[in-house]
Formats: sequence, C-alpha cells, structure tokens
Amino acid sequence: MSKKFTKDHEWISLDGDVATVGITDYAQAQLGDVVFVEVPEAGKQVAKGDDAAVVESVKAASEVYAPVSGEVVEGNGELEGNPALVNEDADDSGWFFKMKLADAGELDGLMDEAAYADYVKELD
Amino acid sequence: MSEKQTFTGNRGLQLEEALIFEIGAYENCGVDLEDVPQVESRLGDCAAQGNIDLPGLSEPEAMRHFVRLSQKNHAIDAGLYPLGSCTMKHNPRLNEKMARLPGFSDIHPLQPQGTVQGALELMDALAHWLKTLTGMPEVALSPKAGAHGELCGMMAIRAAIEAKGELATRTRVLVPESAHGTNPATAALLGFKVDGIPADASGRVDLAAFKEKLGDDVAAIMLTNPNTCGLFERDIIEIADALHEAGGYFYCDGANFNAIVGRVRPGDLGVDAMHINLHKTFSTPHGGGGPGSGPTVLSERLAPFAPLPYVEKSEDGLRLVENNGDAENNPFGRMVAFHGQMGMYVRALSYMMSHGADGLRQVAEDAVLNANYILASLKDVMSAPFEGPCMHEALFDDSWMKDTDIDTLDFAKAMIDEGYHPMTMYFPLVVHGAMLIEPTETESRAALDLFIATMRDLVRGAKDGEIDRFKNAPELAPRRRLDETLAARSPVLRWQSPEAKKAAE
Amino acid sequence: MRYLPLTDADRQAMLANIGAANIDDLFVDVPEAARRDGTVDLPRHQGEMQVERQLSAMAGKNMTASTVPFFCGAGAYKHHVPATVDHIIQRSEFLTSYTPYQPEITQGTLQYLFEFQTQVSELTGMPVANASMYDGSTATAEAVLMAHRVTRKSRAVLSGRLHPHYTAVIENLTEMGGFALVQPDMAPAGAEDLLALIDDETSCVVVQNPDFFGNVADFTKLAAQVQAKGCLLIVAVPEVVSLGLLKRPGDMGADIVTGEGQSIGGGLNFGGPYVGLFAARDKHIRQMPGRLCGETVDADGQRGFVLTLSTREQHIRRDKATSNICTNSGLCSLAFTAHMTLLGGKGMRQLAELNHARAVQLADALGAVKGVEILTDAFFNEFSVKLPANAAQTVDALADKGVLGGVPVSRLAPQAGLDDVLVVAATEANTQDDIAAFAAALTEVLS
Repeated sequence: MSKKFTKDHEWISLDGDVATVGITDYAQAQLGDVVFVEVPEAGKQVAKGDDAAVVESVKAASEVYAPVSGEVVEGNGELEGNPALVNEDADDSGWFFKMKLADAGELDGLMDEAAYADYVKELD
Repeated sequence: MSEKQTFTGNRGLQLEEALIFEIGAYENCGVDLEDVPQVESRLGDCAAQGNIDLPGLSEPEAMRHFVRLSQKNHAIDAGLYPLGSCTMKHNPRLNEKMARLPGFSDIHPLQPQGTVQGALELMDALAHWLKTLTGMPEVALSPKAGAHGELCGMMAIRAAIEAKGELATRTRVLVPESAHGTNPATAALLGFKVDGIPADASGRVDLAAFKEKLGDDVAAIMLTNPNTCGLFERDIIEIADALHEAGGYFYCDGANFNAIVGRVRPGDLGVDAMHINLHKTFSTPHGGGGPGSGPTVLSERLAPFAPLPYVEKSEDGLRLVENNGDAENNPFGRMVAFHGQMGMYVRALSYMMSHGADGLRQVAEDAVLNANYILASLKDVMSAPFEGPCMHEALFDDSWMKDTDIDTLDFAKAMIDEGYHPMTMYFPLVVHGAMLIEPTETESRAALDLFIATMRDLVRGAKDGEIDRFKNAPELAPRRRLDETLAARSPVLRWQSPEAKKAAE
Repeated sequence: MRYLPLTDADRQAMLANIGAANIDDLFVDVPEAARRDGTVDLPRHQGEMQVERQLSAMAGKNMTASTVPFFCGAGAYKHHVPATVDHIIQRSEFLTSYTPYQPEITQGTLQYLFEFQTQVSELTGMPVANASMYDGSTATAEAVLMAHRVTRKSRAVLSGRLHPHYTAVIENLTEMGGFALVQPDMAPAGAEDLLALIDDETSCVVVQNPDFFGNVADFTKLAAQVQAKGCLLIVAVPEVVSLGLLKRPGDMGADIVTGEGQSIGGGLNFGGPYVGLFAARDKHIRQMPGRLCGETVDADGQRGFVLTLSTREQHIRRDKATSNICTNSGLCSLAFTAHMTLLGGKGMRQLAELNHARAVQLADALGAVKGVEILTDAFFNEFSVKLPANAAQTVDALADKGVLGGVPVSRLAPQAGLDDVLVVAATEANTQDDIAAFAAALTEVLS
C-alpha cells in the first residue's frame, strides 16, 4: 500500500499485517544532522501516540510517536551505528521500527501523501 | 589579512598547545614531596597493582601549558561579554582576596563550632543582606548553583504541600514556554507534571490563559521575573494573588535579579521561593562554568521547611543546626554534604558590602539603562519583537535577516571575528532566531558605543550580501567552526594513547 | 562607586538618547505597589580597606587548619596545594569566562575539561568521566538517579558506612522523587550483607571506599554478585588521594564511580566549593548527568574540543532531561587538573604513600593512648577510634588545647549510638610533631 503520514511527521507503510514506521524527509531536514537514534525493542506494546523512539541531532531531541497501536516486531539496528542514514534516506532505509497493527482501521485517520504535502506547505 | 604559514603552526602570540598526555611523562613531577617513612602497610587486600598511567609536568612546563590554554579563552576581564541571562559582570579581585583569607579558606566544615564563630558570622551576615534585599524572612544558603536553588525552592514547596496533605492532588506545575530549561527539568525531577503557559503578544505570561489553567491540582508556578525576554511581568502581583487563592505556591526564578536589586523586593511581589545566583547578581566568578552558588529565599509559608543546615543564634554565640533532632522546625532534608559554597558566600558579601544599599540600586539602574541604550540604538536596523523598554537585556529576533542568506548563528560567529563574545542565541524559545543581549552595568558608554557601531556594521554587511564575512566566520579565533556532529556521532571523551587506539581498532 | 563606569553625564545623555525623562521611566512595568523610592535598610557603599577590615575581623575569629595540629577528615581533607595551582585558576581568562558554549573562543576551558575527564577516567579505572558535578555528595545522589533510569527500577540499597551527609542527600532526593531506599544500621566495622537487601525493584547498591569509618575493601566479588541480580554497583570515593594507592573501583567492576575531588587542588573552604567526580561505563553514556567535553575538528581540520551529547541536558531536553544540572564545578576541576598535572602518576602514588604512612604513624600513636581502641583494620589515611569518653566532648576539649582532633561520629549521625567513636585522618600535611602533640593532648584530656 502507499504511505500514510501523521502530523508529527512520521510515515507508516503497511505490508501484510506488518507496518514500517519512519520519520519524513521534511522532519529529518528540520532536525539537521542526526547523531543518535534509539529504537524500540521487539515485543514492546505501544498505543497510538505513545513515545516509541527517540531521534537526536546536535541541538534538538525529539520523540517519535507510534502512529497507530500495536506490537513492535523489529527496531532498525542499523541506525545505532549509522544514525546519518536518517538524513540520507529517511523515506526508506532510514526506517525506525516495524510493528504489528492492533487495529488497521486506525490508519484511516492519517494523511495520504497529497494531504501531507499540503500540510507541510502550510508550515513553511 | 596575512595567510602566512609558520613552521610551528603558531601565529605570533597565539601558541598551539598539545594535551598534557602528549607532552608529559610518568616520571616527571612538579611537586617536591617528602620521602615516605617506612611503615608496615595497613591497606589489607586493597593495594593497587601497577602504575597510575598519567603524565606529570615540571612546574615551568605546567605553568606554560595552562597559560597557553588560557590565551584561547574570551573572558569578561578582556572584553564585553553580552550573554543574555548570564549576567557577565566584572568580578572584583577584592572578593578573591577575601575568600583566600586563611580564616575562611583554611577551616574544616566539621571543626568544633566554637572554633569557627567568624565563619558562622559571615554566613549570618550574608543571610541578612539577602533577606533584606529580597524582603523575604528566610534563606537557605546551601544550594550549590542556580538549578540547585530551584530544586531547593521546589522541594520546600513540595514539603509544604505534603504537610497540608495535598500531595496526591496537587500534581501540576505551570511553567511559561519562555522559561529556562532547568525549570521543567526541576519540576519533573520532583514528580510534578509540567504544564506550559503561552506568552501573550507583549512577551509576558498570558494572564487569561494562566487563570484558566488554575485549579486545585496546581502545585506551583515557576516564573522568571524579569522574564527571559528581558521584560518585567506587569501582572505579577495579580498572578501571585490568583495562584495563592487557588492554593498554589509561587516559585520565582531569580536568574535576572540583577535588573531589580535594590529597587524591587521579590517579597513585595508575592513570591514564595526564589533562588539567587551569587555568580550573576553578586559578582562571584563564572569560572568557565562553575562553581556557582544558589541561596534560596523563602516566604513565611515555606520558612519552616528550610533545609539543613542553617545558622541560628544561641546562648553561646552562633550555632549551625545540622541534624533534624536539633531543629525546631521541619526541615525538608539536606541538599549537600557540609554547608554549601562558603567560598562564594565570602565573595558575594565582599561585593555587597562594597556596593552597599545605594550602590546595588545603582547597579540595577545602570544595567537596565545600558540594555535600553543598546535596544534604542539597534532597533531601527535589527528587529525587536516586543514594544516598550526592556529591563537588563535587549531581545532581538531574526526577522530582519529574512532577505539575507545568513542566520543567527552566522551573525554570532561574525561577532567573534570582531572581538566580541556572541550574545545568547536561540533562547528564549518563544522568539524565532532569538538574540538576547545583556551588557550589564559593567560596560562604559564608550564600550557600548563601539559595540553598537560594530553591530550596526555587521547588520549592514549582512544586508549588503557580504556573505563570506558571516558564513566563514570565525576566521580569526583560535579555532574555526567546530564539527559538533562528528563529536556527537562518535564521541571521543578522553585521550587515548596511539597504541591503545590502534589496539581498539 | 569603583565598579561602575557610567558618570552622571553619561546617564543623562543615554536617557536622552533612549527618549526617557529619567531612570524611573525604564521601570514603568513594575507594579506601583512594589516600587520603592529609597534604598533598602542596609549600610552604604564602602572602600576596599573598610570591607577588608570587617571581613578580616570575621576571618580572624576562626581556628585555621594550618596553624594547629589538625586531623579532621570525614569527606574534606587538608592537603598541600602547590602555589602554581592558585595562580592558574586566577588567570582572568579562566576565572572570568562563562561555560564554553562558543567553542571557537573557549578552547582553553574545553581542553582542560578534556584533560580532566581523562585524568578522572584513568584514576577511577572507568572508560568515561564527565566534566564534574557540584561535589561528591550530589554526584553520588545523581548516580542513584542514573541507576534508576538505566535499570528502570526505583529502589537503592545503601551501605551503612556511607558518609551520613551523602546518605542524607540521597534520602532527600529519594523521598522527593518518589523512590525508595534501604540501608542497614551504621557500624564502624564488621561485615555488611548488602546482597540480602536487594529485591526485584532494586536498581543499585551504593558503597563507599574508603568508607566513612576509614575501612578499605575490595568490592570485586560484590560487583559481580550485584550485577548478577540485575543491579548496578556504585562506588563513592570521598578521598580521591586514596586512588593513588588503592585498587581502582573500575578494576573492581563498578558500574558508576563518584568522588569528591577537593583533595586535589582544593582547599578546605569550610565545605565548599568542591568538585564532584562522576565516571561510568560507555554503554551508559547517554544516561549520564552533567556536561561532557568531546574531541572533534574545526573547519580547517584542526583538532578542537566541544561540549557534546548535550541533548541529555535540561536546556534542550527540558522536563525529559537526565538531570536539572546546568553547571559543573569548572574552576575547581581546573584546580584538580593543574594539581594532578604537577603530580603526575608517579607523584600521585608517592603522595598517597605519604598519606598512608602518616595515618599508620597516627594509629600507632593513638593506639598507645590508654583506653583508646583502633576500630579499623585496613585503612588508607583515615580510621576510627573508640574512646573511653564522649567523642564530641573530647574533641571540644582538644580544641581548647589547640588541637583539631578529628570528627565525632555523633556530629553527623547523632542517632547511631556511636557517641564514643571518633574519625581521624592524617595527610602529608601532618608532621610527626603534630602526631605527638595530638597523642599527648588526647592523653591529657582523657585522664
């Protein structure tokens, strides 16, 4: 399926019953050089809106929230040693974690690509 | 500007200096120690194996090392240091001399109290000055820094709430969005939930929004006054009254007391607790980041909970109350081993006695006058977000830079090449690209005029598109811009020998 | 007014420039009810000589350590500080500089902080150390909070032989932060079963070396046992000179080491300012409190230093910061670094040996006094003695004879039931004459 977006600049992409979550290219650009990422461990239960991961640049630290509820099945271990991946490829290999959705219906409340593009345009 | 390369890498008087680990040796020693008498060891099974792998330097080498390092620092003794919110004022050397009197510097905190009556007298005198200047009945001297004083004040508030049996219900602390980061950090440390209050268009607490947030679950407000935008909170008495009406306590962040010392007493504003940074208002040196000292004044309602230790008068002279069993009140506990920053108490009292009541009032007036002079002299070319006079610091935002290709950071770095330490940047958070300038009363009119002229020229350069002057800055400092991303991505937090580094790879 | 450069003419001209009629115009935002016309009720300004006279009179009333036989310790020690150290810390560029937030013009401060971190790391045997804390007591309390964060648990086990003020500081933060702690009764000697006090909610065990009574111990076994239960071992070192001669806490397996650095470069100063040491393991760096200085390069590729990992700190993280701390003990850490640089590893070892030798001589001398029992078997430069009399009264009587003869336990822990126990310390600053004078005075007081 295509990606969905939150107002906190996370993206989520569903493949079967597992969804991948990352931050958007706009978000990484706002943060600047990412120097540290903390991703959740597999098995962690998160409710929609919970703190799920942390992303830090030199001058800012930000929580990454769970866009929907579910169980984390994998964190992106690659980011620990190479946080710059978030800057280089936020939309793809710089993903944060994968999760099993508790309620796929929660995705309906999120923005699609066009709506997110409009949302970002308004922020600038 | 000469691009001349030198053999040594030195540039005239600016000397490069390696780390002590690269120039010293284990065998070297700059201290002549007595021979060790032969005794039978009583260390049990605890004796160290192997040498301590640290180099030593002879005395002249050590002196050169640290003197060369010192020459890479900007300092208030060398020039204007307009860091907003930090109050970089002159540090009188009389203070240093007094703090080094053996009667203060060479006494142990746990000597019999009869042998340190003069030290207790000094603490009592300092307490009297602080209480009188703030119009508050009690002061806890022991906190070791401003943030530690905040913690002290909020602990006293928490103790008072607990004594009223309201700890379970009063869980929320109101903190303006413009606050220092220490405020929410302190409240969170004590288990309170932090609730932000927005600023109004005038840069002050939005009174209506504040009142809406009041309720019987509010423990306290943490409000800086004058606030971090350099403005006096006009509604402060109304805020205090409404808060007290709702059963909450008023913590005032006293970081900016320098603007009002001798003219306004926080006790007259309804404050329940306020820390005083002795290293700001009362001239104890910042020392490259400490040690500070943060005595905290307390209102009648909080006085019974003041922490241990404190000085009181007794039949045999002054007495230090150090344990709960000896206290008549209900101290909330102890914040530090011993009695706090005695060395700073001496310096601060020396400063207060020098200035006197009249001089301290003049300090506040000159600090405010200097800041307003800067505001008035720059606001036609830079953008000031708020109307009206400021207190001790002048705030600008970055909207005037909109059509240039530079940002606040570039502007600050260009100031370095002109010989100035930059102002505080990107704080307070409520103003975009903030530049917060605090000249203090230390600056002469001539020094201010040169600073203003420099700032105006920088602004002109920015508007005229002299990009290199900003983007490449600093070019004339001991170092160019440093790579903070590299430092944070792969932290190197101690020196390692080339061999150890190799082994680790 | 010698500290104020503006003249009245300046003030008038500047007011005119601003467009204000008088200074009060700049204070218009102060509510009328809080405006004051005159000065507060305090003395007027005075010259240097007058201030010096009054403060010197106060200072003159105190009995100073260097002028009498002096044996007080208990977390603050009398050592010789080389004259060079005080000169270095009074360099304007160090003394009157702010926190090094602009690294291009504060490399001096940053480089010595990097050197300081390396020295503390080496002395404690730990991989990383921060740029210092307020003092040993608050550093130890911060270590407990850090252990809670790392383990996500909330209860601490404290040794009964932790300095009572350190205990009190931890207790205060524990109570205020909604945590828990447990601590066995205080006893000057004998085994402590701290392992038995660990439960599922326990995050850490805190021990002290040398402990409050002067005992030294090897915690290697305890470290392994504590860690096997999922807890961290925190070792507090209030007398840093001991690290010149004792096995390093890092080598014992400690997870966090805290210390009081006053002994190196610092005077007694009636209790402050001192300098807290804080060292930990690499894996816990991001949970550490306080400032950290790190190495990097500048735009020309030259080595330089910056404050780093600041996203842990309050000015960025606000209510989610690892600590509310926003200062270190900068100038005291400079004094530490300068003194340590003068000593070097070899000098540090010799200094520690000298301290130990003086303490052994003192123990021999006091042990020979009738009725006095030495309670501490293995010690560094401090130990406990049991007196045939009340220790606090004995110390007062000694002071009357011009001897500052240690710290009675009851001064810090009146509830411990150890009224006859005295803690005494000897350092390189003591001569054999001092020791003989102390033993003679004690004999007289006790007879």
